[in-house]
Formats: sequence, C-alpha cells, structure tokens
Amino acid sequence: MLSDWGAVFIFFAVALAFGAGGIVTSFLIHPRRPTAAKLTTYECGVDTIGPTWVQFKTSYFLYALLFVIFDVETIYLYPWAVKFQSLGLFAFIEMIIFLFILIVGLWYAWKEGALEWK
Amino acid sequence: MENIFIGIASSLRGFFSGLGVPDLYNDIIMLVVKLVSILVFILVNALWLVYMERRVCAFMQSRLGPIHVGPKGLLQSFADIGKLLGKEIILPKGIDLVVFLLMPVLIFVPPLLIYAVIPFGKDMVAVDMNIGVFYLLAVASLSTILFWAAGWSSNNKYSLIGGMRSVAQMVSYELPLILALLGVIMLTGTLNINQIVNAQNGIWFILTQPIAFLIYFIAGVAETNRTPFCLVEGESEIIAGPYTEYSGMGFAMFFLAEYANVMIISAMCTVMFLGGWLAPFGLDFIPSWLWFFLKMYVMIFIFMWVRWTYPRIRVDQLMGFGWKVLVPLSLANIFVTGVGMYIYRAIGW
Repeated sequence: MLSDWGAVFIFFAVALAFGAGGIVTSFLIHPRRPTAAKLTTYECGVDTIGPTWVQFKTSYFLYALLFVIFDVETIYLYPWAVKFQSLGLFAFIEMIIFLFILIVGLWYAWKEGALEWK
Repeated sequence: MENIFIGIASSLRGFFSGLGVPDLYNDIIMLVVKLVSILVFILVNALWLVYMERRVCAFMQSRLGPIHVGPKGLLQSFADIGKLLGKEIILPKGIDLVVFLLMPVLIFVPPLLIYAVIPFGKDMVAVDMNIGVFYLLAVASLSTILFWAAGWSSNNKYSLIGGMRSVAQMVSYELPLILALLGVIMLTGTLNINQIVNAQNGIWFILTQPIAFLIYFIAGVAETNRTPFCLVEGESEIIAGPYTEYSGMGFAMFFLAEYANVMIISAMCTVMFLGGWLAPFGLDFIPSWLWFFLKMYVMIFIFMWVRWTYPRIRVDQLMGFGWKVLVPLSLANIFVTGVGMYIYRAIGW
C-alpha cells in the first residue's frame, strides 16, 4: 500500500515538475532581446534611487510576536478539539482557563497599544 | 451518473492488475491518474474563472467584458495563456536570480498539495488523510513565504512592500482562519475531511456555526489577497506587489496559483460548512460531484461579487479588523460552541 505521505510526496514532485515545465517551456520558445531600458527596475519612469535591500521598520513586529503565541496555542487546541466530546467537563474548563490567560495577554497588548498600526 | 468517475478509476485499476502490475505500483499509477485529472480540473477551471471574473466584473460595471475571441469570448483565456507563454521573461538587473526564477516554479506547489485532500464527491478524494484539516492549514500558509521571497528577490521597492504586506496579512488573518475551523472540529471530533462532510448529513454546519462560517469567509478573502484585502497587490499603490517585475509565464504562474487558491477557499467553505458533496433536501438524483461543483461555484461567485463591490481597505484597518474583531470573535465562538454542546447534551437531545 502507498502511504498517505508517499502520495503527498508524489503530489509535491508533480507540482514542482509542473511549475518548472511551464517556466522552462516559456524559456525555450520566447524571444530574448534584452535592452538596457527593458532591464531597468520598474518604477515611475526614472531610475530607482538607492538600494532596495535596506533595513526598514516592520510595523507589524508586535503583531508577529502575538501571532507566534496564538499559533502555538492552536497546536494545543486542535488535539483538544478532536477529543472534546470524550474528554468531559474537566478538560473543557482547563482549556477555558488556558484561553483566558491568553486573552488577558491579548487584552494587555491591546491596552498597551501594540495593536495600533504606527 | 453518480459512479462515473469511481467506475472509471476502478476499471482502470482492474485493467492494470489484470496486466500483473503489483499493488504498490498500481497505487502509484492510480494516484498519478488522479493527480493528472486534478491538474486538468485546476487548469480548465482557472482559465474559465479568469474569463468568468472578467465577465462578472464587466456585468457589475455595466460593460461587456471579453466577447470577441471565440463564442461569447470564451476562448479569451486560452489566447491569453498562449500569448503569455510566448512572452519574454524579463530578468531585470540586480535581482536575486535563483530566488527570482524559483518562486514562480514553487508557487503552484502549495495549492496542488492541498487539492490532494479535497473530496470532489462521494469517495472522490486523492488522499484520504486522517489529519486532513491540519495538513491543509499547514500547507496553505506556505504560500506567504513564496510571495514574500518573490517580492524580496525582485530588487524593486514596490515588490518589497508588497511582500512585507503579504506577511502582515498572513500574521493577522491566518489565526481567525485556523480558530474558526475549531468549532467544526469540536462538533465532529475528527480531522478527516470526508468524515466532516459525512457528519453534516443531518444539518449543515453553516446553520450550527454561522459565526465560524463568516469568519472563515472573511479570512479566506484575506488569505487569497482579493479585494477588499488586496493590499498585497494593490494596483493603484504598488503596481502589482510581489509580481511587479514578473512577466510572461512567471506572471502567469502567479495568476494561476491565485485562482487555484480561490477555488481552494471556496471548496473548503463548501466542505466544512455547506455539506460538501451531500445533496440537500434529498435531491440525490443529482450526482454528488455535481453538488460539490455547484456549491463551489456559488461560493466563487460570492467571492467575485465581494471583490467588485467593496473598495480596498487601509493597512491599519486591515490589521485592526483582524486582531480586534476576528480573533476575539473566533475565540468567543470556540467558547460558545463548547458551552452550547454541554447545554445541548444536558437537555438530552
């Protein structure tokens, strides 16, 4: 029997081959006439000023931190949700306490202005 | 009609085992057959959706849209793809060549991997995985990395901003998307997509989980980067976001992947909330795959309707709405679902 993950691997390989096939076919048949103007970085008609790969402020840094916390939380939530009906009231209350702690964290971040886009 | 595809699959399998092909190789051959049919399904539908999108948009703006190529303009998308295939892929100066060329190749991988677990009809799923929903969510979020890398490698400021925005959007909308599905998981107690569909035999989850459906729908629009959440490629601000420097087939791959993603979100809405391939009102003389297809297209039409109705929102509104409305709402939904199930059980229905 072919296992699930073996099947997924075949999907992955074919998807890769499909993407590569499209690009390579295009490279084989398309004309190639690069000119200086064609190869400039696209902007509003003038040359771009300064390097692109600069350090700049990612305004969503605090969002990203919160995202990591909540994303890890969902890893705990999924197994719990699957077994929710057989685990009983105790597990439900436990999970409410767990969620409550995180919600307090979210509320604190909100209050401190971490959820404001600056 | 119901068993037409399953019948073809089993007769093919019978044919190959009749030739003396061992079981493992037979599995692989059948999987490749399914894969090719899924690929054809995606490509035909993506081309059709491009045409449909233009016609729907034109209709909503009192225009005609494409009508000249083929009957009623039906062949417009084929002409477009032919043209794009023959166009030069421009490699602008200063790009990170390897990453720049790798991204259009990779961009189609996450959507196709997701199609592996989507049931197109009764018993019509390529890989019947026991953790289907979890796998789907895990793979779906990979697209963001590809968008970001495409934006970064282009050596273009618009692309960079677009890539960064795509990460910001994922950070705020991935969470409601994941949390919204938890209500459904709690009701069914399984992550297998086929069993989730079967659990909706009596009542569709859109009726028992309406809030979750709305959250999933909104977050889905945001995940596919469509208006009103199209900040990633907001054409009036940052040209085309991460795809600005891509031309020809490179651009076409991104476009194809976008429509594949739209179909995935619609298919997931169908499967998780609208009963998947189950026939409503006992109308089961219409085959299950046709039901799935119809429901999916209703969802796609609603997506298009939303796209051409609402204006684009601002970045701060985007982040604020995700974190201050959708996340608390989806957490509340989990709580209400849990309490509701206990009350339901206490009443003893």
